[in-house]
Amino acid sequence: MARVGVFICHCGENIGRTVDCPAVTEAAARLPGVVESVDYKYMCSDPGQQMIKDAIKEKKLSGVVVAACSPRMHEPTFRRAAAEAGLNPFLLEMANLREHCSWVHEDRGEATAKAIDLVRIMVEKVKRNAKLHPIRVPVEPTALVIGGGIAGIQAALDIADGGKKVVLVERSPSLGGHMARLSETFPTLDCSQCILTPRMVEVAAHPNVTIMTYAEVAKVDGFVGNFEVTIRQKARYVDPATCTGCGTCYQKCPSKKIPSEFDAGLANRTAIYTPFPQAVPNKPVIDAQHCLMLTEGKCGVCAKVCPTGAINFEDTDREVTVKVGAIVVATGFELWDHSAYGEYGAGKIEDVIDGFQFERLASAGGPTGGEIRRPSDGKIPKTVVFIQCCGSRDEKRGVPYCSKICCMYTAKHAILYRHKVHDGRAIVFYMDVRAGGKGYDEFVRRAIEADGAEYVRGRVSRVYRRADGKLIVRGADTLAGQAVTIEADLVVLADAIVPRTGGNELAQMLGIAYDTNGFYSEAHPKLRPVETATAGVFLAGACQSPKDIPDSVAQASAAAAKALGLFSQPELEREPIVARVNEEMCVHCRACIKACPYGAIEDYDIKDRKGNVVRTVARVNEGVCQGCGTCVAVCRSGSIDLDGFTDEQILVQIATLE
Amino acid sequence: MTKTAKPTLADEVREATGVDVAECYQCGKCTAGCPMARYMDITPSQIMRLVQIGGEEARRRLLASTAIWSCVGCLTCTQRCPKDLDPAAAIDALREMAHREGTVPHEQKRVLAFHKAFLKIVQHTGRMSEVPLTGLYKMTSGDLFSDVLLAPVMLAKGKLPLVPRVIHGRKEIRRIFKACLRKEDER
Amino acid sequence: MTTIGYYPGCSLHGTGRELDMSIKALAEVAGVELKEIEDWNCCGASAAHNLNHDLAVALPYRNLALAEEQGLSEILAPCAACFSRMKGTTVRLARSAELVEKMRGITEREFKGTVRILSIIEFAGRLLDEGLAEKLTSPLDGLKVAPYYGCLLARGEEIVEGYDAEQPNGMDAALRAAGCEIVPWNFAVECCGGGFSMSMTDAVVDLSNAILTDAEQAGAEAIVTGCPMCHSNLDMRQRTINEAGLGPHDLPIVYLSEILGLAAGIEPERLGLDRHFVDAMRVVERSA
Repeated sequence: MARVGVFICHCGENIGRTVDCPAVTEAAARLPGVVESVDYKYMCSDPGQQMIKDAIKEKKLSGVVVAACSPRMHEPTFRRAAAEAGLNPFLLEMANLREHCSWVHEDRGEATAKAIDLVRIMVEKVKRNAKLHPIRVPVEPTALVIGGGIAGIQAALDIADGGKKVVLVERSPSLGGHMARLSETFPTLDCSQCILTPRMVEVAAHPNVTIMTYAEVAKVDGFVGNFEVTIRQKARYVDPATCTGCGTCYQKCPSKKIPSEFDAGLANRTAIYTPFPQAVPNKPVIDAQHCLMLTEGKCGVCAKVCPTGAINFEDTDREVTVKVGAIVVATGFELWDHSAYGEYGAGKIEDVIDGFQFERLASAGGPTGGEIRRPSDGKIPKTVVFIQCCGSRDEKRGVPYCSKICCMYTAKHAILYRHKVHDGRAIVFYMDVRAGGKGYDEFVRRAIEADGAEYVRGRVSRVYRRADGKLIVRGADTLAGQAVTIEADLVVLADAIVPRTGGNELAQMLGIAYDTNGFYSEAHPKLRPVETATAGVFLAGACQSPKDIPDSVAQASAAAAKALGLFSQPELEREPIVARVNEEMCVHCRACIKACPYGAIEDYDIKDRKGNVVRTVARVNEGVCQGCGTCVAVCRSGSIDLDGFTDEQILVQIATLE
Repeated sequence: MTKTAKPTLADEVREATGVDVAECYQCGKCTAGCPMARYMDITPSQIMRLVQIGGEEARRRLLASTAIWSCVGCLTCTQRCPKDLDPAAAIDALREMAHREGTVPHEQKRVLAFHKAFLKIVQHTGRMSEVPLTGLYKMTSGDLFSDVLLAPVMLAKGKLPLVPRVIHGRKEIRRIFKACLRKEDER
Repeated sequence: MTTIGYYPGCSLHGTGRELDMSIKALAEVAGVELKEIEDWNCCGASAAHNLNHDLAVALPYRNLALAEEQGLSEILAPCAACFSRMKGTTVRLARSAELVEKMRGITEREFKGTVRILSIIEFAGRLLDEGLAEKLTSPLDGLKVAPYYGCLLARGEEIVEGYDAEQPNGMDAALRAAGCEIVPWNFAVECCGGGFSMSMTDAVVDLSNAILTDAEQAGAEAIVTGCPMCHSNLDMRQRTINEAGLGPHDLPIVYLSEILGLAAGIEPERLGLDRHFVDAMRVVERSA
C-alpha cells in the first residue's frame, strides 16, 4: 500500500499570493494513499527539507510529492534530501505550482483548482515510480576549446596548467583573436600585443595543448564526459612541419591587393600570408580564393622560392575526430555592420570608420605605424568625431541591447588621439556613459578633464561628406537643448557588438541555446553564468554577451574551473532516465534503432547456453541514451518504456484528470 | 496599470497618435536631424521630454511653444528614431490641442493663419486656389507686402489662374467639414 | 490600352502646372490613358493635417471613394504631398476598421480599399515598362542631375516603397534611361521647408539654399524633383534666395516627367519647360 507525503511550498509570495496553499494541502490530505500533507513558506530551506526528511522516516513514506517550483530549479535539492532520509531519490516527484500555475494565472480560485489537479496527478504518478539508480559513465579528461582569442587562450592555459589535455581550435590562421588587433587597452593603456603575445606563445608551447588553427568544428556527437568532435582542418597548402616561417613566400607573392582582415581593410595582404608578424603559429596559409595558382593554375612563385619545399598545392581539407569530456565555447564577437545606417553614409564614406579601424590606425604595428592618418588622403585629422551607440540600443534597425564596452574604448580612442595629435579636437557623442568597473569612470573623467575630449550628450542624426572633403556631422546637445553641426575630418563609429556569424549553426551542433540576439545562453543568468543547458559545454567571453578583456578572461578561468571540476572524477553519475526494451516482447523491427537521434540503440543477440543465437532484439546503451523518448513513440509492439516516465505513469496522470 | 481619474498629457498623446512617450530615452536624434530645430524655442526631444513630465507647467510650455508650429512635417525624426517612435505625430497632436485650446503663440499666428486660410478656401470651393488663398492669408495674417513681386511673374508663366477652382460636390465638402469640426468640439 | 486613374491635385492647376502638362504629354506618348477622378477635391495638404486629423483623412477618403465608384483601381498622384496624404490614408484605413467606420459616417460614402495610389516615381517605372523605354529616342547627352526626393518621396512607413529612405535610388533607372548622369550628392532627402514658403519664408530660404549649394558643389546641372512644393521653393524662390545674399544660384529645377518627356522627343513647350522661373530651356539643348 502506497504511503505518499505531499509537501506544498508557498515560495514566499511567489505561489502563496495566487494559490491558496492551505486549501491545496487539505485537498491533498484527502487523496487516496496520502498519509502526510503539509505546507510551508520555503520548502527548499533547511527547516523545509528537514520536514520532508522527518516525515519520510516517521511516516515510512513510499513516495513524496513536493509541490513547489520547476524541477529544473530544485529537484536535485529535494531528491538529495530524500536520499539522506533513506528514500530512493527517484521516488520523489515535483508538481510545478510556480511556473506552471501561480506565475501564469491571476484568478486565485482557478489557480488553486489547477494546483490541486497538479498535485493529484503527481500523487498518482509517484505511486507507480520505481526505485532507480544513477548510471555511471567514464569521463574523457580532455577539453576542447573553440576559439583562439583571449578567452579561449586563457581557458586552454588554465585547463592545461591543471594537468589536463586541451585541443584548441581556431578558425583563422593565427591565435590572438580581436585582442591582437588592439592598440592599447583600457583603463591602464598598456599595449595589447605586449600582454597578449606572450600568452599566445605560452599556450602554443604548452605540452598539454594541441593547437589547430585554420580549422573549424564540423560535427559534435556524444554527451558530457564523452563527446566525439569532428574538426575540419582547412587546406593550408603549406606544410607546417616543413615550413620555417622565413616569410620569403609572402614577400614574393604577386597577389598583393587583398584587403587584410587583420587591418580591417586599411592595408592589403598577399594570397599566401600570415595575418600579422607575431602570428602563432608563424606559418603562412594560402588563401585559395585569391591564389593565382589555385584559381587559374598559373604562378606558383611561392613554391619556387620556398627554401624547404613546404608549399603543397594539392593539399585538401581534412577531418579529424577527437574525443573530449568537456567543451569550452569561446567564439567571440564581431562588429555590427553599419551599412544599415544610410544616414551615416551606409559604410560608403571612406573616412567614416569603425572602432577596429581606429585601433589599427592607433597601433604601432598598424598600416600607419601608429600615426592617426585618415584613410582617404592620409592626412592627420584635426577634428575627430566619435559616435557611440552606433546600432546599439536601436531596436528599429540595430540591436536592442547596450554593447557594454564602447563607452570605455571610445574614451580610450579619444585619449589616444589627443596624445598623438595635440592640436586636434576629439568630440564624443554619447547617450549615457556606462563606465562601471574598476578604474573605469576615472578613466572616462581623465579623457574629459586631463585629455580634453569634448563630450556631447546626444545621438547623431546624419553624417555626410561635403564636396570639400569635410565630414558634416549633425548631432544634438540635449543638455544644452540644441542641434549642433560639426565639421570633422574623421568619424569613428562605435558599432554594436554582435555574435560571430555562423554562431547559430555551432550552437545547433553543440545543442546549446542562444538568445534572440544570437548570444549563447548560460544555464542560469545569476547562479550558473558559465554553464550552458547542455552538461559539459561551458561558455567564455563575448560569445555569451558583450564583454571586455578582464571579464572575458575571468569567465574563461571560470569555464576552465568547471571543466577541471568535471575531470576531477574518473566517472560521472547520470540520471537514470533511459529507455529500456522489454526483450520478451521486442519483435526486432528496428524502427527504434533508426529513430534514435543519439545512436543509442543496438542489435543484441540473445543466445542459449551453448552460445547459439536464439533471437535478436533491440537493446539500449544506457551510457548513450538521453531519455528523449523517441524510441518509445515509434515502437509498434509497445515494448520500450522510459524509466521514470513509463506509459503507465503518463497514462494514469491523464486518467486522473478526466 | 492603474487608471487615474484625469488622463495625463502622455495619455492624451497616446490616445491621439498611438505614441507612447514613455519609450523615449531622450537620445536627441530627432533634434539632431530636425531641419527646423534652429527655428524652435524648444527642440523636438524636449517636446517629448515635456510630454513625459506632464502636469500643468509642462503642458502650458508645450501648448504655447512656437516649436510645435515650426514643425514642417518632414518626418526625418520619425524615420530615424531608434525607438521606432513617431515624434512628428506627437507634435501633430499637440498642435491640434493648442489650436483647440487657443494657446497659439503670437509669433506663430502667421502659420496658423495660413493653414486656416487654406482650409477656408477648400471648405467653400472643394479645392485650393492660389489667388484667394494668398488674399485671405494676407488679410488675416497682416503679412501684406511679402512676395507681391512674385505675382506678376507667376501670372506671366501661367501659374496663377485668376478664376478660383470650384467643384460640384462643394455642398458635400462643407458637410464633411462640419462633421469633422463637430467631432473636434465633442473632444 | 492601359488606363490609370489621375489625381492632379490643386497645385498642378496652378504653381505646378508644368508637372500636369508633362505628365499628360508623357502618358500620351507611352500610350497610357489617364482618367481624372471626376469632381475630386483637395487632399487637405498640411493645413488639414495640422489642424484637424479627421479632416486630414476625410478629404482624401472622399477622393478614394470617388475613384472606387468610378472603377479606378490605380491612381497616379504626381504631387508628392497629395501622394503622401492619399496613400497615407489608404494605409491608415487598412490598419483600422474603426477609422473606416468613422469616415463612412463623416463622408456618407463607401470605400472598400481597392484603390492603390501611385507616386510619380512608380508611374515613371510603369511607363518605361509599358514601352516608353523604346520611345526615348532623344536622350539627354549626359546631363548631370541631382535626383531630389525631399521628404514625401523618401519617408513615410508603408507609403514610400521600393527604395531606401536614406539613400534612395527610385529615380535612377528612369533618369539613366533618359540619358542623364546621376551625380552623388548629400541633400537628396533633406527638407526644403515645404509648406512654409509663405509663413516662414526665412526658413525656406535657408533650407533651399543649402540644397541648391550642395547640388552645385556636386556638379549638378539640374535638380530633378517630383514635388510641386519643392519645385516652387527651389525654382520660384531661387531669386529670393539670391536676393538674401546667398548663392548666387542659377540652377534649373525640373520634374522627372519633364526629363522623360524631353528624352521622348516631346516639344519643351508641351512639357511646360518655358514656364520655369529659373531658365530650364537650357536643358533642352542637351537633348539629342
